[in-house]
Amino acid sequence: MANDPIHQFNLERVVELPLGGIDASLTNSGIFMIAAVALVTFFMLAGTRTRALVPGRWQSMVEISYEFVADMVKSSSGTEGMRFFPLVFSLFMFILFSNMMGMFPYFYTVTSQLVVTFAMAMLVITLVIVYGVMKHGIKWLKLFILPGVPIALLPLVTVIEIFSFITRPVSLGVRLFANMLAGHIALKVFAGFIVLLIGTGAWWGYPLSILPLLLTIALTALEFLVAFLQAYVFAILTCIYLNDAIHAGH
Amino acid sequence: MEVEAAKMIGAGLACVAMGGAGIGVGIIFGNYLQGAMRNPTAAQGQFGNLIFGFAVTEALGIFGLLIALLLLFVL
Repeated sequence: MANDPIHQFNLERVVELPLGGIDASLTNSGIFMIAAVALVTFFMLAGTRTRALVPGRWQSMVEISYEFVADMVKSSSGTEGMRFFPLVFSLFMFILFSNMMGMFPYFYTVTSQLVVTFAMAMLVITLVIVYGVMKHGIKWLKLFILPGVPIALLPLVTVIEIFSFITRPVSLGVRLFANMLAGHIALKVFAGFIVLLIGTGAWWGYPLSILPLLLTIALTALEFLVAFLQAYVFAILTCIYLNDAIHAGH
Repeated sequence: MEVEAAKMIGAGLACVAMGGAGIGVGIIFGNYLQGAMRNPTAAQGQFGNLIFGFAVTEALGIFGLLIALLLLFVL
């Protein structure tokens, strides 16, 4: 079906690569992942190549993106959090570039696959647990015991805290995935209305199809905002969760 | 009732969660704007908190959408 809004998320094997029973084929998703990494690398390396004291246009863009993420890390997890800056910056740039590339027609949106976003979310949460235990030892578990809670309520609050911690990787991964998926499906559905209206063959088909066209344009603008916002949200939540590992019990 | 029909109704019901998330996100941004209008100098510092609250609120609506998608395409 040509008008299937889900079809755009189909994985297609581009290069077949069976590795001893494991299907390691290069898919269209994999190609766009590599493209996103290559694009980020090119953007950063080519921008800082000249290293001018007075930055040009490209270098300013690189510096702005650096300072944007650096401010985010410092404000939400302190100067100690800056040791995780490379991770947060890589995640932010990768998600931002994949989301933005997904906005081009016929391009694949890498972040619209749950397995990709959930893998990134699990990486963050595993890092939080491992670093938290490494730094504070068993005392890190004090994170779940809120100070100043009445003793009668403490078991209940602790259970809720643990539960909220467990849902973190789920919500972190699913949020990015669902936003990209729902946005792209909505774009496709509204674009499909144009085709349907013109396909009726009636005289009112063409003038009426302007309405869904305008809506599609508005939605495209909204999707660009969402593409940036979700990358920002993922990065800032990473910082906030890392803050729990660095400063436990605060 | 047939299982297929029940799934469709369930998916529709699950989307009610997104209405609740919409109300929540509206309250967050509305209150942020109200606070920002009263004290514009303090607004910039609270932007991170705004996004955090937005993300946590939105997550619940997204969970509802996820249930709907699961009912429609996976189960």
